[in-house]
Amino acid sequence: MQARQAHAPSLARLSRVTHRYGPVLALDGLDLEVRSGEVLGVLGPNGAGKTTAISLLLGSLQVQEGVASVFGLAPGAPEVRVRRGAMLQISGISANLTVREHVELFRAYYPAPLSASRLMAMAGLEGLARRRYGKLSGGQKQRVMFALALAGDPELLFLDEPTTGLDVDARHRLWSEIRALRESGRTTVLTTHNLDEADALADRVMVIHNGRRIAEGTPAEIKSRTAGRLVRCVTRLAPDAMASLPGVVEARTRGQHLEALTTQPEVLVRELLARDERLADLTVVAAGLEEAFLALTKDTT
Amino acid sequence: MTPGRRFRIYLLEARFQFVEVLREPMFAIPTLAFPLIFYLFFGVIMGTRGVSLAVPTYVLATYGVFGVLGPALFGFGAGLANERDTGVLLLKQTTPMPAGAYLFAKVMAALIFGAVVVAALFLMAAHAAGVALYRWQWFALAGVLLAGVIPFCALGLAIGAWARGRSAVAVVNLVFLPMAMLSGLWLPIYMFPDVMQDIALALPAYHHAQLALKVIAMDAGQPVPTHLAVLVAETLAFLAVAALGFRRADSFSMRRSR
Repeated sequence: MQARQAHAPSLARLSRVTHRYGPVLALDGLDLEVRSGEVLGVLGPNGAGKTTAISLLLGSLQVQEGVASVFGLAPGAPEVRVRRGAMLQISGISANLTVREHVELFRAYYPAPLSASRLMAMAGLEGLARRRYGKLSGGQKQRVMFALALAGDPELLFLDEPTTGLDVDARHRLWSEIRALRESGRTTVLTTHNLDEADALADRVMVIHNGRRIAEGTPAEIKSRTAGRLVRCVTRLAPDAMASLPGVVEARTRGQHLEALTTQPEVLVRELLARDERLADLTVVAAGLEEAFLALTKDTT
Repeated sequence: MTPGRRFRIYLLEARFQFVEVLREPMFAIPTLAFPLIFYLFFGVIMGTRGVSLAVPTYVLATYGVFGVLGPALFGFGAGLANERDTGVLLLKQTTPMPAGAYLFAKVMAALIFGAVVVAALFLMAAHAAGVALYRWQWFALAGVLLAGVIPFCALGLAIGAWARGRSAVAVVNLVFLPMAMLSGLWLPIYMFPDVMQDIALALPAYHHAQLALKVIAMDAGQPVPTHLAVLVAETLAFLAVAALGFRRADSFSMRRSR
């Protein structure tokens, strides 16, 4: 699968895209490529620039610097809109219309929509057709958004944090629906701040932090970089010396502390204590995604 | 896009816009019920006590303006602001929906609600208050009243382009009720102090009401071209203000959801 996708044609791309909101730098020379048939996971903490990247590919934001293209065309082009679907982070659609009415309206926008019954089935909305949107649970609302994104039978689907706010059951249900889409040959771009979600769904993961790509690879490759522990202490050892110790992925100074990301915390701690008897303020924490991001990001400031 | 599909999108968008607003009690009560209750009270019950039918005839025209103004400001202005805030508009802009269909739907919904209020007012006036007009006057009055949808929707668009979410409802209320009063929709403006009469001259609802009153020969006597000129100029000004608001929003809209 991976090998095939490496040669699959590119459906959408951002090239050296920089985007600012006033003084805030949201994207900093970002490159992103979406290949045909894949699920691309765009992973990053809140505020990393994921939604900005998606908005540029949807044409709902104008490109300031760099190039954005979808199907080789401008992201907002009418020919692009009919072949693409999107699920955005929005607070809701009209509470007073029923599920069926929302689906009917969005189907009308497209030349060759999926049938209403097929959409309802794909999104798991059976039995809710006559329910008003405002009366649905959070999970049901997300599924309606999912159905609307699929209304036009899109080749390319953008899902911006699709499972935010869902409970475990609802999340897993949406996951299996996204997997089914992949089986049917569609291409999906999924943003998430949840590594498990990227791991469960994506063929390829791109990690964004502060508007830059800091890592890219299979979910397994990304995970291996976050599987370690973060060891933190006050020591006279230099970061370079620390980095050469067994299992250390990355080491650096942060304030008066030294931080090291390691896959073998027990070995590292034993070594450290042996080498520096005055070592103080030692902590070992699981390197969650945030720590992994920090470790992956070379501090340039 | 084929013309047939485009037409179908316009139609469905308008239909669901109408249904959506109809199901919203916050909208339906002030915009549909208020003009009718006012007419029942001031036109039918109070207005028919004297010998003349001047009051029920006068307020038929001015409550008609009120009835067209409400849906345009609440449905269009507050509705647009709300849909920009929730992100519905953002979502629809990623689809092939023509932007014109969205605006068309909002104008049509305002027009249909306005027409319902005007029709109900006419029925009450003719059958309960005993207002007698020539047939051409009924038609002309209906036409003038419904044409008010154009300047009032432009005003709604301007408010919707600048105000955000819930604050838009407050802004609409601040415009709606004072403008109705100062434009002489409840009491003729010659009963007001001079300053307030001067303010009326700047308000679109005043000029629209004068055109409606002209049909039944109860206007203040200014020429029709004056009223039309003011309404056209103000409509264009509202559209320009709206365009500015949208342009400003474009550069800020993603800021909060990054």
